[in-house]
Amino acid sequence: MEAKVCYHCGDTCTDTKITKDEKVFCCNGCKTVYEILSESDLTCYYDLQSSPGAVPKEIEGKYDFLSQEKIIEKLVEFDDSKTQIVTLYIPHIHCSSCIWILENLNKLNPAISQSQVNFGKKTVRATYNTETFSLKELVLLLSSVGYEPYISLDDYKTGKENVNRSLIYKLGVAGFAFGNVMFLSFPEYFEVDEFWLEKYKHLFRWLMFAYSLPVVFYAAQDYFISAYKAIKTRILNIDIPIALGVIVLFLRSTIEIIFNYGSGFFDSLTGLIFFLLLGKFFQQKTYSFLSFERDYKSYFPIAVTKIINNEEVPVQVYDIEKGDRLLIRNQELIPVDGILINGSAKIDYSFVTGESEPVKKASGDKLFAGGKQTSGVIEMEAIKSVEQSYLTQLWSNDVFNKNKEDGFTTLTNAISKRFTIIILSIAFIATAYWLYVDSSKAMNVFTAVLIIACPCAIALSAPFTFGNLLRIFGKKKFYLKNASVIEQLSHINTIIFDKTGTITSNKKSEAKYEGLPLTTEEETLLKNTLRGSNHPLSRSLYDILDEHNIITLDTYKEHLGQGIEASHASKNIKIGSAKFVGYQTETEVLNTAVHVSSNSIYKGKFTFYNSYRKGLSKLFNKLKKDYDLAILSGDNEGEMENLKKLLPSKTKLLFNQKPDDKLEYIKYHQTEGAKVLMVGDGLNDAGALAQSDVGVVISENINVFSPACDAILDASKFNHLYSYIKASKSALKIIKWSFLLSFFYNVIGLYFAVTGQLAPVIAAILMPLSSISIVIFTTIATNWIGRKLK
Amino acid sequence: MSVIYILLTVSIIVAVIFFVAFIMAVRNGQFDDGYTPSVRMLFEDELIKTKKTITKNNKD
Repeated sequence: MEAKVCYHCGDTCTDTKITKDEKVFCCNGCKTVYEILSESDLTCYYDLQSSPGAVPKEIEGKYDFLSQEKIIEKLVEFDDSKTQIVTLYIPHIHCSSCIWILENLNKLNPAISQSQVNFGKKTVRATYNTETFSLKELVLLLSSVGYEPYISLDDYKTGKENVNRSLIYKLGVAGFAFGNVMFLSFPEYFEVDEFWLEKYKHLFRWLMFAYSLPVVFYAAQDYFISAYKAIKTRILNIDIPIALGVIVLFLRSTIEIIFNYGSGFFDSLTGLIFFLLLGKFFQQKTYSFLSFERDYKSYFPIAVTKIINNEEVPVQVYDIEKGDRLLIRNQELIPVDGILINGSAKIDYSFVTGESEPVKKASGDKLFAGGKQTSGVIEMEAIKSVEQSYLTQLWSNDVFNKNKEDGFTTLTNAISKRFTIIILSIAFIATAYWLYVDSSKAMNVFTAVLIIACPCAIALSAPFTFGNLLRIFGKKKFYLKNASVIEQLSHINTIIFDKTGTITSNKKSEAKYEGLPLTTEEETLLKNTLRGSNHPLSRSLYDILDEHNIITLDTYKEHLGQGIEASHASKNIKIGSAKFVGYQTETEVLNTAVHVSSNSIYKGKFTFYNSYRKGLSKLFNKLKKDYDLAILSGDNEGEMENLKKLLPSKTKLLFNQKPDDKLEYIKYHQTEGAKVLMVGDGLNDAGALAQSDVGVVISENINVFSPACDAILDASKFNHLYSYIKASKSALKIIKWSFLLSFFYNVIGLYFAVTGQLAPVIAAILMPLSSISIVIFTTIATNWIGRKLK
Repeated sequence: MSVIYILLTVSIIVAVIFFVAFIMAVRNGQFDDGYTPSVRMLFEDELIKTKKTITKNNKD
């Protein structure tokens, strides 16, 4: 049988019955999308990229809350009585076809006047007419063509986000002034006494002065502010000598042109600030499709269904009060702690505890916020509000309000402390000497030392080294929040891992069969029964079992939360929980198992084991030499023996750790002087990730949300973690070398300054030269490190 | 030589015009999304192509 691929989504089709226009589809959902698109002449969607689509999901009733005025008001950007503008986040956006179809929404519904995609952020901004259309209809339309927007509690906020573009403005101002000042100062570099130059040089000088005003007072203001703050807290950071240099440059140049001593240093002044801002800009690499600031709000829904007098009413989750009756549908998240009233609940707590197996609950049992209902509809009664629930309380911990960069002295600042003291002493000694020899030159020497020593090259070393490494890491699928993470990473001495989802892969792909041997007939029936089920365990087991002939089942029935039952010819098979297949004598087991019985005779069980990521023991053996290692798991001890075999013996293993316990564990080790790298994956690690010095999230799919962290590492690169830490250490070495290089330039400059020979042209050559050579050196060196990374 | 005043004025005006254009471009958000416009500009042709293929299908 030839494997057919769905024309819409690219999945393999299990049967080839669903066709339209000679094209095969994997399901009716995909076919419907194709029909919608072909009716509106939008089939060129499929020409741009082959099978670009997604299977539309069942969404009945899910977006009823979007008809509430109060909620719409918070979601839309702009609203007058006729038109609304809304920006929706659509995770599926991934190719040019997506851009094309979403920007042609008006062909699907003329009420949408404009739609614009931001590919990087995966958002679409739509303008539509509210007289004939609504937000709910827009969301339903998008969902119907496979582009379901993701709307979470995070979107529910008043006020628009202000994009901070001030750095681009400042860079623009500095660059503009730098270019023009260079142009105007050029004639005087040659020191010729030509008639017309003598006549017009004052005009040129005052023009340069005018250009430098916005640079000093606008573009450079961050350096003044930072220097002022540092002085107030009695710290010597790199911005102090910079700010000092800028002030001296500006004052001396202004005095020079007022009293006609010379042409001033406006060229060096504007150039300096332009280069410094360029470094800042380069360092500021952001991954717009990733967010490092997420909390529970990104996971929680905006609204849930509340039952009032047997009527279903959508209600905003912040409005849920104690005693409210809530209706939770399949695949919906429980937003508050509560008690199950009726329905069969099977709650997936993997967000909260890291425990991957859904937990069964009977009516009267307590349900915790953050769990996801995985079978059918349930009714529950809220016993707490959202903010006071078990999971969300974690975010009231102080760690989440702390900025990790505070209280961390960077290498640049550590160096600049000594640097500032040395420079100031040289300046005073030289001035004292000249006061004694030739007092007319003393002021000149004092300012010249401060000007030439302005640590432009030092200030550029770290931004360009880290900025470039940040980009190299990004290409290797290791995404960092900002450049300072690299420096923090190089100081790490303790590494703590979460278990489920971090060192294990999410797929349960290893299963062992125990029990009576199955006949070929039974195996065929088993495989064919599993084919029809969408339960994650059925899918994994199906993938593990050997290929068998395809047979048509006579009967097939799926019992939600229990198992599947099927028959073929005279054979009958039951697959599922021990109770379901009629196996009573089950002892307490810690591992997940699927039981099988055939014709009411118990056969045996498939036990699933966590499958660990490739290269796990190798990685741990490499790491154990330099780091203390520990594993904190929210899971039970079922895997302890397995882990002990795999990992180096000195690795600490701790099980049954609640989110708070993980946080406290890290805090305790930090008080003992450990620099902790936490590697985790879920919301349950959020506290630990925030508390640690560097929090890394392992992600199987970087488009899926990860909790607030400092870095996101693609799961496929997990075994390279050691080389990334090593690379960050090498980066620090590069910076130290480039400091040495810039000191060399400083010594040359200081020679001119101390001897009182600093002409503007020397400063104008020396400053860009040192900066450019630093940029070239760091770029080459980091690329060399990058080439060693796999 | 006083023509230099005119030259200087012109050079400053041209420089300021470009500077203002840059500021306006930033303000309009042109630097926020560096990828989508590069794909979008290639789409105009695709729409016409669709219409053609459809008319062809109708003839068949």
